Amino acid sequence: MSRTLRLWVLLLGAGGLAALFAVACAGMPRFGGAWHPYGDRAVHAALAHRTANTIASVNFDQRAFDTLGEESILFGAVLGTVVLLRQTREENRRQPEPAHVYPAVRRYALFALPVTLLIGLYVIAHGQITPGGGFQGGIAVATALHLLYIAVDYRALERIRPIGRYEVGDAAGEAAYVLVGAAALVSGAAFLTNVLPFGTFNTLSSGGTVPVLNAALGVEVACGVVVLLARFLDQAVEIEETP
Amino acid sequence: MTVLPYALAGWLFLMGCYGLATSRNLIHAVGCLAVCQSATYVLLLAVGYRDGGTAPVFSDIAPGSRPVVDPVVQALVLTDIVIGATVTALLLSLVIQVAKRHGTVVPDELSELRG
Repeated sequence: MSRTLRLWVLLLGAGGLAALFAVACAGMPRFGGAWHPYGDRAVHAALAHRTANTIASVNFDQRAFDTLGEESILFGAVLGTVVLLRQTREENRRQPEPAHVYPAVRRYALFALPVTLLIGLYVIAHGQITPGGGFQGGIAVATALHLLYIAVDYRALERIRPIGRYEVGDAAGEAAYVLVGAAALVSGAAFLTNVLPFGTFNTLSSGGTVPVLNAALGVEVACGVVVLLARFLDQAVEIEETP
Repeated sequence: MTVLPYALAGWLFLMGCYGLATSRNLIHAVGCLAVCQSATYVLLLAVGYRDGGTAPVFSDIAPGSRPVVDPVVQALVLTDIVIGATVTALLLSLVIQVAKRHGTVVPDELSELRG
């Protein structure tokens, strides 16, 4: 298909979509209106299970099974990236040279590393009472480890990052989520039902299985992102084609 | 202007589609897919917005004292962002492989078959 023809086909499709979308928008509830039946019910359900953060309750209690699917997509994407970016026959691995780092950058990054790590763990642990949870905290933890690459060099990062163990951690996070769900089956409830005691509202132990699933997801996201970045960094820093 | 946020989401999506169809670089195409996806964030957040609403987290506000925005769509956006990030990573690693095997990242030059 020539470029002009392709553009015309696109224009036709986009025009049709825009027209349908405009009609749909006209039939939508008013922007900012008070009518949110699902939202109101979700808030009630979250408060009934003594979870202060309604979003965590929606993700890890009301539609926990859905989050399992989403977690599996994450797991599959990490697995796919690992397979796609492995070292091939025509490629060599080169030991990266230590690079010069400005003292100010080094000082700041070494100071920020433990702080970021602590914030990441805090966000995972407090997912059920404050905004945050496994997804956001996991990313912060993975970012913290990579500050070492900025502060020192690639070899220092490799020393604190045994890839094999992080791959196991990624799988263990996924497995822990399924096992928590299966534990509900043992107690006679449906898969991933919130069966633990709900605890006291607005404390660390509130929400039943929500903090447990949050932690499992946090482990998976942190390990998955570390593995993902490791593969891309390998391609950029270490692996080179033989001429 | 109550339909403006919805219209903005539609416009963003169509711009992403235009970029995808006319792209001459696979990395650019992956970026355009991310633009399409941002349209869904805007649409979902526009659906969930409530006048005078605050975050649906009750650690520092008493339940029922203030209107809160729709938590269901916020959870969906969270899902969307995570999936978007990992799928983008997967697509970029595919682009790296394409560049290695074929020596090009221009989609129009990738029409030939290779065994």
